[in-house]
Amino acid sequence: MPLLRSMLWHSDIPLWRDARVLRAVAQIVSVIIVVSIVVFAVNNVLTAANDRNLALGFDFLGEEAGFPIAESVVKYHEANSFRYAFYVGVLNTLKVALIGIVAATVLGVVLGVSRLSTNWLVSKAAGLYIEIFRNIPLLIQLFFWYFGVFLLFPAVENAVEWPGPIFISNRGIFAVWASTTSSFGPWMLWVLGGLILAVVARFSLLRIEARTGNSTHPNLLAIAAFILVSIIGWFLVADTPLAKSTPELGRFNFQGGLNFTPEFSALLFGLVIYTASFIAEIVRSGIQAVEKGQVEAARALGLSEYQTLKMVVIPQSLRIIIPPLISQYLNLTKNSSLALTIGYPDLFGVGRIIINQAGRAVPVFAMIMAAYLAMSLTYAVIGNLYNKHVRFVDR
Amino acid sequence: MTTIQDTVLPPQTDIGLVGWVKTNLMNNWYNSLFTIFMLVVGVLFLQMILRWSFFSADWSAVTSNLKLYMVGQYPNEELWRVGVVLFIVTSLLGVTWGLWGGLARTFALAGIGAAALIAILPLSLDDLPIEGRVWIFSSAGFVAAGYYFVRVTRSVATPKRVIWAWIASFFVGMFILRGFEGVPLLPVVGTNQWGGLLLTFTLALVGIVASFPLGMLLALGRRSNLPIVSLFSILFIELIRGVPLITLLFMTQIILPLLLPDSVPFLPDRLLNILDDRIVRAFLAITLFSAAYMAENIRGGLQAVSISQVEAAKALGLSGRHTMAFIVMPQALRAVIPTIVGQFIALFKDTTLVVIVGLLDIVGIGKAIVLGNVEWVDAQREVYLFIAAMFWVFTFAMSYTSRKLEESLGVKRH
Repeated sequence: MPLLRSMLWHSDIPLWRDARVLRAVAQIVSVIIVVSIVVFAVNNVLTAANDRNLALGFDFLGEEAGFPIAESVVKYHEANSFRYAFYVGVLNTLKVALIGIVAATVLGVVLGVSRLSTNWLVSKAAGLYIEIFRNIPLLIQLFFWYFGVFLLFPAVENAVEWPGPIFISNRGIFAVWASTTSSFGPWMLWVLGGLILAVVARFSLLRIEARTGNSTHPNLLAIAAFILVSIIGWFLVADTPLAKSTPELGRFNFQGGLNFTPEFSALLFGLVIYTASFIAEIVRSGIQAVEKGQVEAARALGLSEYQTLKMVVIPQSLRIIIPPLISQYLNLTKNSSLALTIGYPDLFGVGRIIINQAGRAVPVFAMIMAAYLAMSLTYAVIGNLYNKHVRFVDR
Repeated sequence: MTTIQDTVLPPQTDIGLVGWVKTNLMNNWYNSLFTIFMLVVGVLFLQMILRWSFFSADWSAVTSNLKLYMVGQYPNEELWRVGVVLFIVTSLLGVTWGLWGGLARTFALAGIGAAALIAILPLSLDDLPIEGRVWIFSSAGFVAAGYYFVRVTRSVATPKRVIWAWIASFFVGMFILRGFEGVPLLPVVGTNQWGGLLLTFTLALVGIVASFPLGMLLALGRRSNLPIVSLFSILFIELIRGVPLITLLFMTQIILPLLLPDSVPFLPDRLLNILDDRIVRAFLAITLFSAAYMAENIRGGLQAVSISQVEAAKALGLSGRHTMAFIVMPQALRAVIPTIVGQFIALFKDTTLVVIVGLLDIVGIGKAIVLGNVEWVDAQREVYLFIAAMFWVFTFAMSYTSRKLEESLGVKRH
């Protein structure tokens, strides 16, 4: 008894004021609260499922989907399974996200640099762009581009023809594109060989540069090697690997060539224009954050303007720019779910159809959330790796 | 004969307009090219837009439906309630102007100008009836009344009271708009009749008011030294930040009803039925979403507070709770005010997503107008440009506020 007593009242502090006891109690209470809410909710789902004959399993995924998807990166047919339809949706999201990220970065960097231009007009124009587009909700911009621009283009018969030829109509944008021939595979091997050669050349040249101190132009020579090998391969394989594919007006629509549907174009347009205005601000503040003294010191050391930019300004501003830039990429990917409103079959849109077709809200929502969480996690991992890579090394 | 040469004046071309053009537009050959290019493109673009908006655009889809854009299907005979709420807000704005000036002055003057402008808009009386013009114009009078009220009675409106009045005005306004059961003067106007800009503002305001304390709790939870509390907070925050808002909106519309039982013991059914309202469900999604982001913003501020502040507070004998409430949190919030305002702007823009679950906010109204009327089916551009302009005015005002606050607080946006 004295032992227990000394355990509980090890000093004069009573139980209800002992910090360790309070901490333990607080944690136990929070676990009880959270667990009971979860149990309560799960229990209700199970009851509701039982009452309404809703199945909660994932077994439906193998069944035939039975609905069409307007566009897909891979071949899709109504007879394919729900699982495959969802996969098509994921690929559509990735397609618009990847192209959007590249385009938004290019546009955003151009705008951000323009914002800092010594030319008053260029700087003000970039500022105007940024203020307009980042202050208008993306959804409204998407509606405007889709309903107000891309769907109001002339009908297919009267499509606008631009040099190329590029055809613009309310069925989308059709452009000349390359189609692969049978010798594309062999040529790809050559391209791969060129890539390996380029990497090897770059690193060995860099090593020579580090040893001798003479400039060996590693990047330039590596790119040259890559291009040279690819060109040699192009002529050595049996047939030309890529053939020109020109869109031609068929009975209802254009056939062949590169095709951007109005839905995809409007979504891409909206995402790029919106996200670029945020990227521009990130780039501008990143460049401005590099101290003036750094540039002056570099110039005093005799570095040329290009060298100053390449070795002093850009590495330091990238450190500031990249983390928010990655979170903008994540935003763009998540915002692509607005595709639903204009009928582009992205992962959310396809998920919605599956919910209606299969009547399984809970499992499909779990899949949608898992897909987005996986993407977020990927961005987070890339961001963390980068941060580790560029972290200041303090002496 | 020798003369002393006069002092040489600076060359004419380096000062004045010519000098400005030379240094800012034509300082080297490519900048000169850029300038010419931008001028040509700009003039052509402006000409195109002006020609379109004055000659070929048909704005009747906007002008004939102003009431729908502003308040949706709020019943006509109850519109005076919206006017009363407008008066409460504008007179408070006037009081704030009289008390602090500065930013409130800018907004008050802009509000007066806008009200006067709307009152004399050259629209037909069918589109904008006399009563509407009078209501809007008198709201400008209430701004001035609030201002002079403070000037005349200096001691009544203290800063503390005004802040409380703002907070109270939110709840009072909500009650006036919704009404009470059994009060003959204020019959209930169900939230399903709220729409347009009124709904947009309501969603944004409720989101802001609710997500701020929730975000603060989550931020404290994440930084808690109790591992389990911290784990739960991290899970909640990251789970919500990892998915788009529209997943949450759909979840609260489709999954939430499954998560709730038909009745809960000890809980009146009426309380549970609140969640049957689609707008309440949208509130829930927006609040949870915004709170997760708010938590991360506030956590950033908490991390910026030096540990020595806590140590000093402890040394002075402050308890943990008092240290947090009087030392750490005020400094943390002050450091992230611009970020928080940025989050509010994002929330305001995000309210448009409720269109997807079928609510008639200003975007939903616009969509319904162009899709539901044959005469306006070609007015897509006009309608969406009008809505975009409405949003732009408010988001720009908010980001202007953020910049001014940044300057006056001496903090930088991260």
